[in-house]
Amino acid sequence: MSSLVDVFTYITIATGAFFFLAGTVGLLRFPDTLTRLHALTKADNLGLGLIVLGLLPQVDGVMNGLKLIAIWLLVLLSGADAGQLIARAARRTMRRAAPHREGPAGAAGSRSSAMEPTAKAGGQP
Amino acid sequence: MTDFLFAAAGFVLAMVAVGLVRVLRGPGDADRMMAAQLLGSGGIAALLLGGAATGNGSVVDVSLTLALLAAFASIAFVKFAPFSADDSSES
Amino acid sequence: MIVDAVYAAPALLILSLGIYSTIVRDTFSATVGFIAYGLLLTVAWVQLHGVDVALTEAAIGGGLTGLLLVRASARLRPTEALARAEAPGGAMRLLAGLMAGGVFVVLAIAVLSLPDPAPTLAPQAAEHMASLGVGNPITAVLLAYRAMDTMLEAIVLLLALIGVWSLAPDRVWGGRPGPRYNADPEGILAFIARVLPPVGIIVGIYIFWIGADHPGGKFQGATIVAAMWLLTMMAGLADAPPINRRWVRILLVAGPAVFVAVGVAGALTAGAFLGYPEGWAKPLILVIEFALMPSLALTLGLIMAGTPERPAAP
Repeated sequence: MSSLVDVFTYITIATGAFFFLAGTVGLLRFPDTLTRLHALTKADNLGLGLIVLGLLPQVDGVMNGLKLIAIWLLVLLSGADAGQLIARAARRTMRRAAPHREGPAGAAGSRSSAMEPTAKAGGQP
Repeated sequence: MTDFLFAAAGFVLAMVAVGLVRVLRGPGDADRMMAAQLLGSGGIAALLLGGAATGNGSVVDVSLTLALLAAFASIAFVKFAPFSADDSSES
Repeated sequence: MIVDAVYAAPALLILSLGIYSTIVRDTFSATVGFIAYGLLLTVAWVQLHGVDVALTEAAIGGGLTGLLLVRASARLRPTEALARAEAPGGAMRLLAGLMAGGVFVVLAIAVLSLPDPAPTLAPQAAEHMASLGVGNPITAVLLAYRAMDTMLEAIVLLLALIGVWSLAPDRVWGGRPGPRYNADPEGILAFIARVLPPVGIIVGIYIFWIGADHPGGKFQGATIVAAMWLLTMMAGLADAPPINRRWVRILLVAGPAVFVAVGVAGALTAGAFLGYPEGWAKPLILVIEFALMPSLALTLGLIMAGTPERPAAP
């Protein structure tokens, strides 16, 4: 019975490592910041999820298993969030470098940017 | 099993290394901001695999901390990064 | 063979990242490289069986130092073109190279001539841990054998905070640290600043709590809590308190004050400053930890929040 569990671990961790490989290949080959970001957040997080899944039968104690799942959920949440934030930053850089009309969604969406500190960093006299 | 887990950890670290080269080279600050994300997911995976291989249970707590603080670092990068070379202030 | 490769990989990565951070010209890239280096050091510390240090490295080196450096590099941005235009002459480079080489040689000699096996107090430390009631030898060292160092470290952090405050212009002395950050309350940054901190605070308290018997402790826990607080500040959901408020100052001092009080009590009852009377070690350690953790979190958070830039609301 335990060898069945071991086989499950082998397969899921190998698949997880494959997704890490896919993410890295995407990082290397994709032409654009946004596509590279997509490869990083999606593939690597999926790889981590599969690795966590594969390690679940190997840890001792329910508490450690719950912690593993919590880690994966945290990484997923922060990956989604940071990914969006980085993407908006990248959009802003690209827009500054080459100001041109985007589609109606682009122009309207840019006005309500998510985060703009109101005070300049070094502006105090 | 132990060898397999070690090999997987080494593989993930190699992927992180290759990814870091690309990310740190990337033109533009937005590319470099991804380094925290990359290290977050890759480093945690490597830590968990290595911890399972050596039977060290406390790496789970380290990974938990790493997950939180890598997220925090990513957000700090985005918040305070300069976004283009000729722009000295945010927005 | 595989194990050796896995142990060597982080070392090589760390070395490369260190070289990258030193060589690259752009400050922001150097900062990102340095933070990546810090996050990788966590893996290295785990490999060296220093899990407590790994926790501290992840928390401080990855998170808080990252924030500090990124903000500093943002402020330095206007002067970067000027700094890059200055290039040191050949003689200066030669001198710098010679000095760096000299330091390297001294370090190499020191490391290579370390005694083997290294002299250690670990057996004596381990044999007394049972009477303390703590299972984690690091906690035993930090809060029992070398409690004096921990107390001084807490006071040093307080002094660092006062140093940060002393940079405030006269007219905003006593005011709120840092600029007021704004973010779209419906936006993504505000979303994660609402979802992550509750989880983070629980994790921080958990890491503080298990420090007695497993790797962890008040310092790592306080750093996580401080980072979560800073997150809410960066998203505009919370604001740094004005530093002239009484509760701020009382809370900052409470931790070290309790520590000193325990020390004086120890001098009276156990014959040595910070000595623990028989059987009282565990409760006293708990008292110190409970008092120090909120103070530490507030101190670290305020240090990261920066110098006062806005006058306190009247």
